[in-house]
Amino acid sequence: MKKNQPSQSDYEKFIEDKIPKPNYLKNCTWAFIVGGLICTIGQFIHNRIEAALNLSHLDATNATILIMIFIGASLTGIGVYDLIGKRAGAGSIVPITGFANSIVAPAMEFKREGYVFGIAARMFVLAGPVLVYGITSSVVVGILYYFLKIR
Amino acid sequence: MGYINAFVVGGLICLAGQLLMDVAKLPSARVLIIFVTAGVILTAIGVYEPLVKIGGAGATIPLPGFGYSLAKGAFKGVEENGLIGAFFGGVEATSGGITAAIVFGYLMAIIFNPKTKP
Repeated sequence: MKKNQPSQSDYEKFIEDKIPKPNYLKNCTWAFIVGGLICTIGQFIHNRIEAALNLSHLDATNATILIMIFIGASLTGIGVYDLIGKRAGAGSIVPITGFANSIVAPAMEFKREGYVFGIAARMFVLAGPVLVYGITSSVVVGILYYFLKIR
Repeated sequence: MGYINAFVVGGLICLAGQLLMDVAKLPSARVLIIFVTAGVILTAIGVYEPLVKIGGAGATIPLPGFGYSLAKGAFKGVEENGLIGAFFGGVEATSGGITAAIVFGYLMAIIFNPKTKP
């Protein structure tokens, strides 16, 4: 190797310096506030329908999730959710509205590839893994629960 | 009171997600998977239930809440149907959310077109 030629580690260090550092405090504040607000809206919907439709607590929770998914999917459709997501980061990804966003956004994006391999297949690019790991782990803990219970 | 609890608990869960993304440099898909699985495991060991009691929608709206419903459903299935219930229960408890996500997601993707980025 020639004397003045930068080594691989020099290069990696150079790249390291060029990658913008995330502003932890700003990102966390946004995530906390937006995530908190989405949950507060959820709590508001929950309280309203629990009182108005005379639902049990569990039914009201499930109905709230349904409505939040509808809101998340609609806001993604009209392009508002991605604007929120630019600032909010995890604050918009972690709530269930983000789950709806992860379904609608790629499905819209790949619409031109058709209604089967475009929309229907791409819907599960992110939601699929979530369902796979969620459902599988729930079956595992269910089976463990069964064997610990009969002991 | 309920609103403040929902705000704080929901906000903190999202903040934890942001830290995983920024500090641990995990892509958002990983964070989603970790959160759902964490929701299932934390429910199984009895940690998430108190959080739901305190935070209400603040704990059920974020993705660990989905894991919470899955795990609770699996337990309920085992109580009612024995071992096979572990397979029925989880999706049964979350069927509304999964169906809503598929149906609304499909409809919205058909109705709307992606905004061209400026």
